[in-house]
Amino acid sequence: MIRIHAVTRRFGEVTALDGVSLEIEEGEFFALLGPSGCGKTTLLRVLAGFEAPDSGTVALDGQDLLGVPAHRRPVNLMFQSYALFPHMNVEKNIAYGLAREGLARAEIGERVAAVLATVGLTAQARRRPHQLSGGQRQRVALARAIVKRPRVLLLDEPLSALDKQVRAEMQLELKRLQHQVGITFLVVTHDQEEAMSLADRIAVLDRGRVQQVDTPVDLYRHPRGRFVAGFVGANNVFSGRLLPSGGLDVPGVGVLPAPAGDTAGLVGVRPESIRLAAGDADASLHGAVVDISYFGGSSRIAVTIPGLDRPVLLTVPGPATVTSGARVALSWDPESAVLIETTGDTP
Amino acid sequence: MRRATLLPLWLTYVFLYTPVVVLVVMSFNRSDSPYEWSGFSTAWYGTLAGDDEVLRGLANTLIVAAGATALSTVLGTLLAVGLARHASRSRLLPALSVLPAVLPDIVLAIGLLAFYSLVSATLGLHSVLLAHTVFGLAFVTAVVRTRIAHVDPSLEEASRDLGAGEATTFLRITLPTLAPGIVAGALLTFTLSLDEFVIAFFTAGPKDPTLPIVIYSMIRFGVTPEINALATLLLAVSFTMVIAAQRVSRLTEAL
Repeated sequence: MIRIHAVTRRFGEVTALDGVSLEIEEGEFFALLGPSGCGKTTLLRVLAGFEAPDSGTVALDGQDLLGVPAHRRPVNLMFQSYALFPHMNVEKNIAYGLAREGLARAEIGERVAAVLATVGLTAQARRRPHQLSGGQRQRVALARAIVKRPRVLLLDEPLSALDKQVRAEMQLELKRLQHQVGITFLVVTHDQEEAMSLADRIAVLDRGRVQQVDTPVDLYRHPRGRFVAGFVGANNVFSGRLLPSGGLDVPGVGVLPAPAGDTAGLVGVRPESIRLAAGDADASLHGAVVDISYFGGSSRIAVTIPGLDRPVLLTVPGPATVTSGARVALSWDPESAVLIETTGDTP
Repeated sequence: MRRATLLPLWLTYVFLYTPVVVLVVMSFNRSDSPYEWSGFSTAWYGTLAGDDEVLRGLANTLIVAAGATALSTVLGTLLAVGLARHASRSRLLPALSVLPAVLPDIVLAIGLLAFYSLVSATLGLHSVLLAHTVFGLAFVTAVVRTRIAHVDPSLEEASRDLGAGEATTFLRITLPTLAPGIVAGALLTFTLSLDEFVIAFFTAGPKDPTLPIVIYSMIRFGVTPEINALATLLLAVSFTMVIAAQRVSRLTEAL
C-alpha cells in the first residue's frame, strides 16, 4: 500500500535517511525501530509531509504522495508531545480535523461522539487538555487522528511520555484499536520491547539505513548484522571462526560454544542464555564482575573478559549471588548461540 | 533577629513609595499649597475636570496611546512569529528587535527628530504616534516571543496534519495560543505610551501637546494640587494596566 523507494534526506553534513526503501501493507501494524538519530522520525515526517526528501519516491496506493501538501494527505500523525490544542476542549480538538473537511455539523457531532466512546473519554468531552492525565491526553490525540479515517496513522513514540503502568495498558489499547478501526498503523519507537509487542513487522534502522525488515519472531531469532543483533534482544556478539567440530574460535580468547561451521562469522548469545558456571570444567569464559543491576524479577550482570573490548552481559533470575569484583566463569549451550547473517556493508 | 534583618527591606520600600504616597495624599489637600495639609477635599479633581488644556492633552495622549498600541500589537506579533519561523538560528535579528525598548529615550528622541526633519515631515500627533510605535513594537515583540517559546511547536504542524491550510492554522491555532502574550504586550505598550514624555516632547507638534507635556508646562508655574490629582489618576490607570498585563500572562501560563 505504501511504497517508499530509495528515499534520502540530508541535513548539512548529516545523512538522516540514506536510500531507504520499504513496503507497508494494508491493515498492517508496522514499526520503525532504531536508536535516536537513526532517521526514523525523519522518515515519519516525510510521510506526514513536514519534510521533503532530497531524492527518492513515496507512493500511497500507487499514487505519488510527495507532491501532495501535508494538509491534503490522507495520512495523520500522532505527535510525540500529542500537540493537543490547549485553548480547545477535548470535543473541539477532535472536531477540528473534521471541520476542515467541511463536513456538516451533525455528522461531525456523530463522529466525535463515536470516537470518544471508542477511546472511552465520553465523560471528559468538555475538559481542556491540561485537566487530563497523560493517558487521557494520549487517547485524545489518538481519537483526533483516527476520527479523520486516514489511510495510514503515523505514531511518533506513542508511549514514551507515559508512566510505566499506563504504558502497558495503552500498549494493549493501541493494538485493540488498530484491530477495531482497521487502519494501517506505522509506529516509530526506540524501544525494542514496544516494537516487538505491538507490530506485525518491524524495520530496524541505523544511521539512516534499513538494517532488517522482519516479523518480531524472525527478528529475534535470526538477526542480520551486528547492529540488529545488539539492538534487538541485547545480544552479546562474538566475532571469530567457526570450527567444523563445533564452536567459535575467537582470537585471544579461546573456543566458545557455538554450532559447527567452517567460515569466519559472528555469533550472538542472549544475556538470558548465559549462566554462571559451577566449576572450571564447565566454563567457556573467565572474567571479573564489573556491574550488577537488580530489576526485581531478575538481575543483569556485566563481566569483563580479557581479550574482549566489551563486557559480556548476562541475566539471572532474582537477586545476583555474586558481588562486584568477583571472579566468575561463564558458559552456555552451543544451541543457544545464534549465527548472525552478515551482508557486505554491515559486518 | 528576624525583625532586624527585615529592617533594610522595609526602609527600601519606604524610600520607594514615600513620594507616591505624598503625591496621592496631597491631591486631596484643601488649600492650594502642595506642601501644607489643611484638610480633606476633592475640589482639585473638579478643577481638573474643567481644565480644557488638560482635557485636550488627555485626548491627544489617548489618541497616541491607542494608535501606537494598535500598530505595535499587529506589527510586533507578526515580527515575533516571523522571527520564530524564519530566523530561529539568528541571534542578531532578535537582539535588534528589542533594542528600541532598552535604548535611552533621549537617543531615540533625537534620532526620530533628526529623521523627521530629514524627510521634512510636519510634526503633530501622527509623529508622536509613530515614535511611540517604535518602542511599543519592541515591547510587544519581546513579550510575544517569550510566549512563543512556551508553546509546543508541534501545534501548528498538528493543525496542518489535520487538514488546515496556512491561513486557518494562523487564525485558529497560532493567534489563540499567543493571545495572552499579545494582550500583555498591548497593555504594556498602552501604559508606556500614556506617560511617555521625552520622545513626545521632541516629536510632538506645538499645537498638539500630549498630557505629560501639558503637565510639564503647568509645573513651570509651580506645582499645584491639581497636578497631584492628575498624577494620581495616571498612577491608578498605569497600575491597573500593569496588573492586568501580568494577570493575563499568568492566567494562561498553565495551558
